[in-house]
Amino acid sequence: MSRDLNNTFSPFTGRRCPEGADEGQREPPMSAPPLTCLPASSPRKRGEEGFPRAAAPLLSFARLLRRYGFAIAPEQVSSFMQAATLLGPRSMADIREAALATLAPSPDRRNEFEVHFRSHFYGDGQPSVEGEEDEETRIKDDGGTREKESETARQEKGGALSSALEQLSTRDFQRDDDRLTAFRRKLAYALPARRSFRTVRTHSRGKLDLRRSLREIVSADGDVPSPLLRRRQTVPRKLLILIDVSGSMKLHTADYLKLAHAAVQGADRAEIFTFGTRLTRITSALRIRDRDQALARAAAQVDDWDGGTRMGPTLLAFLSVPRFSAFARGAAVVILSDALERGDHGALETAIRRLSARAFRLSLATPLAGDPRFHPETAALSAILPELDDLIDGSSLKSLSDFILSLARPAPVASTIWKRVS
Amino acid sequence: MPKVNAETVATSPEAVAQQLAAARYLADDSLATAIFLAIRLGKPLLLEGAPGVGKTEAAKAIAELLGRDLVRLQCYEGIDAAHALYEWNYQRQLLAIRHAGEHEIDIYDDRFLIARPLLQVLRAPEQRVLLVDEIDRSDHEFEALLLEFLSDFQISIPERGTIRAEAQPIVILTSNRTRELAEALRRRCVYHWIGYPDARREAEIIMLRAGDVAEATARAVATAVQTIRARPLAKPPGIAEAVEWANAATILEKGGSPWPEAFRRAIGVLIKDEEDLSYIAPELGRIVEEALA
Repeated sequence: MSRDLNNTFSPFTGRRCPEGADEGQREPPMSAPPLTCLPASSPRKRGEEGFPRAAAPLLSFARLLRRYGFAIAPEQVSSFMQAATLLGPRSMADIREAALATLAPSPDRRNEFEVHFRSHFYGDGQPSVEGEEDEETRIKDDGGTREKESETARQEKGGALSSALEQLSTRDFQRDDDRLTAFRRKLAYALPARRSFRTVRTHSRGKLDLRRSLREIVSADGDVPSPLLRRRQTVPRKLLILIDVSGSMKLHTADYLKLAHAAVQGADRAEIFTFGTRLTRITSALRIRDRDQALARAAAQVDDWDGGTRMGPTLLAFLSVPRFSAFARGAAVVILSDALERGDHGALETAIRRLSARAFRLSLATPLAGDPRFHPETAALSAILPELDDLIDGSSLKSLSDFILSLARPAPVASTIWKRVS
Repeated sequence: MPKVNAETVATSPEAVAQQLAAARYLADDSLATAIFLAIRLGKPLLLEGAPGVGKTEAAKAIAELLGRDLVRLQCYEGIDAAHALYEWNYQRQLLAIRHAGEHEIDIYDDRFLIARPLLQVLRAPEQRVLLVDEIDRSDHEFEALLLEFLSDFQISIPERGTIRAEAQPIVILTSNRTRELAEALRRRCVYHWIGYPDARREAEIIMLRAGDVAEATARAVATAVQTIRARPLAKPPGIAEAVEWANAATILEKGGSPWPEAFRRAIGVLIKDEEDLSYIAPELGRIVEEALA
């Protein structure tokens, strides 16, 4: 997890600044909020010679955090200093608590924060934030990250992807492009809907809108005009796409990512994850409008291109993060994978069962189903088939986009369809 | 409840921790500091943590410590201003119009105004503590509305004008972190992440919260729960579940079940997921025995 080490991105200027060259100019606009970190009895006046010397490390600590990509607002810095004053500060622990409470590092980056704190206040040398290499499935969330993952990483990891992109572009780039545009445009209206708690005004089929009716009555001097109605709004459900980026899916991942990009652009609330041996959230990378740029960014974020698959464990890891599993609740979940789980498929079965219990509709799109002789016979597939709502052909963009656009329409569950086929 | 001045209660983090303990809530140093800072800096306190670590309980304890009533606003998807701020009692207004006949009547009188939690707190900031529970469940629009409320502590009612709080109310927000909150909201708050307590503290909490549980039982429960939490469960047990487990096992033991057996039988109050149960069942005997040892 050395991802932040080289990051000299400035949250203020939005530019990359060379290390150390920015001292002084990136100081937060400290003169604006009145600083009350001086004790009331202090003989010094504000503005006479700045803040007391003892406060300088606090200020520079905030600056250090900013340099490593923590979003810290000037007002947070001033409350940090106020807090430190309020607490005494009697010890380093006080300053640490004050920093934790006011600068509010996100729990995911807590360890990193501690390392910076130690290095800054205790002088522990160069901060080195090491990710623990362990058995656990690693989860990467691009939520708070900015542009980083230096250029070299992008070249080496995006290589496979970009060559695949070229390969595809020679095929039928134009037609796919049009299809994706159409897909993006239609998606917002094609997703399954649910009834929201909010209401909209309506002229028919609704309940009495007392609030608006009363206003009408008052403005009509007590006469009761025709009653005004409202009814509960319908909102599109969330769309969650999980993309398998393992070696066996190599030919299709580029297509899938393009589709995912169109989905993020088109739908209100879409979330995209990739999984292979790890789980990576790439939604915010795909929010960039320009497709090539978005795909390059996403490509740089995924660490496990064309590796093996641990579908069961990664899906379980997905479900074990409350934030992520909340995406799945009531959502239309589409898994793009061949579901070729090597070895024991118990974990996969559990994960699919849990996912299907959360999801509104759980679909598995496998490129293998493009073959007319395909039948879900592998041990893993036949085990999860009863849990799936759909098992469809994921070999082409056409079938996939058509399927996603038809998600709102009811269809028989996967197991009955595939039984009929056999 | 006696009314207490917030500043006199919160003289130091230690004093806060002591009084929280008197309110039957054991806070670690870090949480006590965050509460102290929130009260003294006059900022809202944002508590995040996994379900069942005692976020809502912390808010209740703070209200008790200040001798104030707790006003709770439970968030959910689709919550809007009418549920959080105020609402007019339309039925009564209509009736009043009918009733008044030719007389003039102010239908925007106080008696037609239904105060929802935010307005309730605004009207008596010195007597009430506002708890905005599970704010991560609400949607972004509501978060924006709350942001406005938290920065100015005022509500505008078109028919009545602006209502402003006379003093800075004390506000506690909790979140299960099912989604990221807006940065602007985090920035305005004093932040604390509540983790699961260590075994020793958890045993203390169980002793404090459960009815009459022997100290050895509490310690065994705490140790066993720590072990169970380390397993990849769909829903790891929270502190409340651990307390319940200790209670249930004690009751069963008094009813005649011997010790390890009582724990095993009472497992239903600790783990409430069929899959988790079947996952932990083969190991449970060993875990309990190790914890009892």
